[in-house]
Order: sequence, then structure tokens, then C-alpha cells
Amino acid sequence: MRVRDLSEALGIELIQPEFEDTEILDGYTGDLLSDVMAHASSGSVLITIQAHKNTIAVAGLVGILAIIVANERPIPEDMVEAARKEKIAIFRSKESQFVLSGKLYAQLSSSR
Amino acid sequence: MSTIPINTQESPPFLLDLIYRLKVKDVMTHEVITARRETPLRQIQYIMKEKGITGVPITDDEGKRLFGIVSMDDIIRALDGGYIQDPAERWMSRNLIVLEDDMPLQFAISYLDKFRYGRFPVLNKDRELVGIITSRDIIIALLVEVNKEVEKLEQRIVQPPSRPGEEARLLYHVRKYDFENAGKASAGIKKLLLERNLDPKTLRRISVAAYELEMNLVVHSEGGTLSFRMEKDRVEIEAKDRGPGIPDVEQAMEEGFSTANEWIRSLGFGAGMGLPNAKRVSDEFTIDSRVGEGTTVRAVIYLPK
Repeated sequence: MRVRDLSEALGIELIQPEFEDTEILDGYTGDLLSDVMAHASSGSVLITIQAHKNTIAVAGLVGILAIIVANERPIPEDMVEAARKEKIAIFRSKESQFVLSGKLYAQLSSSR
Repeated sequence: MSTIPINTQESPPFLLDLIYRLKVKDVMTHEVITARRETPLRQIQYIMKEKGITGVPITDDEGKRLFGIVSMDDIIRALDGGYIQDPAERWMSRNLIVLEDDMPLQFAISYLDKFRYGRFPVLNKDRELVGIITSRDIIIALLVEVNKEVEKLEQRIVQPPSRPGEEARLLYHVRKYDFENAGKASAGIKKLLLERNLDPKTLRRISVAAYELEMNLVVHSEGGTLSFRMEKDRVEIEAKDRGPGIPDVEQAMEEGFSTANEWIRSLGFGAGMGLPNAKRVSDEFTIDSRVGEGTTVRAVIYLPK
């Protein structure tokens, strides 16, 4: 599954469409940025409620391809701008991190 | 209205150079909102209110030939005198002071000082209206240019002294609670390493150490510097701050121990993982801290042969 397939596969809204459309290798869910930094692997999708610029900084360093903001948290414009520069996709969903993680896990397992 | 205090011989050469280098057309507002000679002053009053402007040039239908200008003062006088329904032509100022678009910015500044107008219409060499310039336009343009220059100067100052055997070095100033720029130092370090084709695992370890130490400066210190040195077989990242110092370093190294406040935690920081994370990815890790003076954290990561 590639980044552009996320929208349809998980039923989530694409907020930042300028990204590198590569193969998704893994996923990670977390709101503690140090934890994400330590454990999320390169080529992942990050599911989080941390909708701010610093999440993009961490994602850029780790090599995260896309961020899904859960619980329909508002996404500030400077976060979108930062993501555009880093070519990281941002999606938003009404659903919780639990539900989104389950869906993504199932998708990634079946496409393997 | 006070004068703009840079138009003198005593200003720094950079500023003088700037106000002669920039042209009026680089600074002016290009999209001019105009009205016609028959436009009632009342309507011009509405235009001013809607667009948030204080002067409206009166032109022909193409907006090119300039006949006069109606300012906020003219509108106030019209309201006072009860002729706000009159056409612009009757009351507009006709003795106009205009600038030419190719003039240096210095002319605009000196005009603003010499004449008590808040704005000047700008004409091209064919005498067509091409813009309007206010003190606000000038202040913004100068700030942008001065910012660029200051940035250049700062970058020049922050180069750390080089050591023998050193292959690359970077130094960043990190400010307390500056979450806007947090991560820039680490991103700069990563960028440098990407150009050197480092293996992904080592790159990741260096990124983690750099980011954690950078965030520690943002979250916990009074501000300081993050420096990066690369030698043939190792990189060294050093975070040096101006305080407040760590009373119990051993406790600070415990996973989960944190002194961060609520709002910092709500941003996803301050979980007590920073120092342990940085240590875990480092081959050498030292903390030197004095309460009231500051802390220096040094992380070394060996490069694969």
C-alpha cells in the first residue's frame, strides 16, 4: 500500500497532498514525541493527536511518510506548511487512534 | 509624525546602501484601489472603510492617468462641511507629490519626512499610475531586508572554531520555549549527514541524540547552543546551556522522571524520555551540570568504518 491509497483504504481526509508517494512499510501510534522518535521506524505512518509543527520535525527526522491526526483535531496552517516542505502527507479522521490503528494494521498485514 | 530615523549620513553603511539599492517599485503596493472623478466622496469613504486604506487616487477609467487623490482628511472635512455626497473631482487634492517607480527608496523616505502626507502615488516613466507607497510599505520592506542581513551575521558568528581532523561542524543557538523553531538544528545536522551517505541506522541514532538534546534546551534550559562536530570516525553533539542546572543528574537520567509542566506535556514533550533516549543511542554520554550555572551534555556516536 502506498501513501496515496490511505485515504480510500481508511476512509480519511487528505489535508496535505504534496508528498512522496512511496510504499508504506510500517505504522506507529503515539503522542509522546520522544517515544515516536525512539520507536517509530522509517517508512511509517504515524497516528497521533499531536497536531502541531513539532510533530513534523520528529517525522522528518525519523522518516515518517504520513501523519494521521485522530479525533478530528484541528490542524494549524503552520503544521501543513511544514509538512509540505518536508513532503510528508497529513490526513485527518473523526475516528480514535485505537480504531485507526486497527484499520491500518489490518491493511498492512493483508497487503504483505 | 516623527521622521524615519535612517535617512542621515550617520546611519550604518548597510542601511544607506539598502535605501539606495531598493527601488520604489520594489517596495510599493502594486494593486492600487482607485476611484473616478465623478465618484461621490461618500462612496470613497466606504471604499476606505472596506479596504482599510487612508487614501484613494482619482484616475481615468483605466486607472492609469492620475487626476488627484482623496485622503481620509478630505473625507473628514467633507463630513464636517456637509458635502460628502459631492463628486471627488470637486474636493480632491490636485497638487500632488508623486514618486517615480525607478527612484531609490531613499526618495520615498525623504518625501515622507518632508511632506506631511501618509502616502505617495507612484508613476512610471510614461506618467501612468503603477503603485502607491506608504510608510507601512517602507517599514515592512526594511524589516525584511534587515532580518536577512542579521540572519547572515548570526550565521557568521556561530561558526565554532575548528579542530584538527574535523570534517564538518555546525552550531545553533536554541532559545527557551521556542517551539516554533524547535527541531531546526537537528534537521540541519541530518541534512548534512544525508549528503555524506551515512548508513540509515547510524543516521537515526545521531538524529535521535541531536533532537533530544535540542528539545532539552528548548524545554528545560534558559537557552543555549547545540553544536555538532564530525570527525573521521565519530560525531559529537554538545548541548550547552546557561542554566538552571540539574540538581540530581542521576534522577534526571531515570526514565519517566521529568520536571516539565502541563502545557509542555500537552505538546508531547517532557515525558522523561529525552536524556535516556539520547544516552541509549550514544557510544559516549556525559553530563556536566552545576545548579545556577548551566549544563553541558555531550553525546558521541562512533561512525562505522
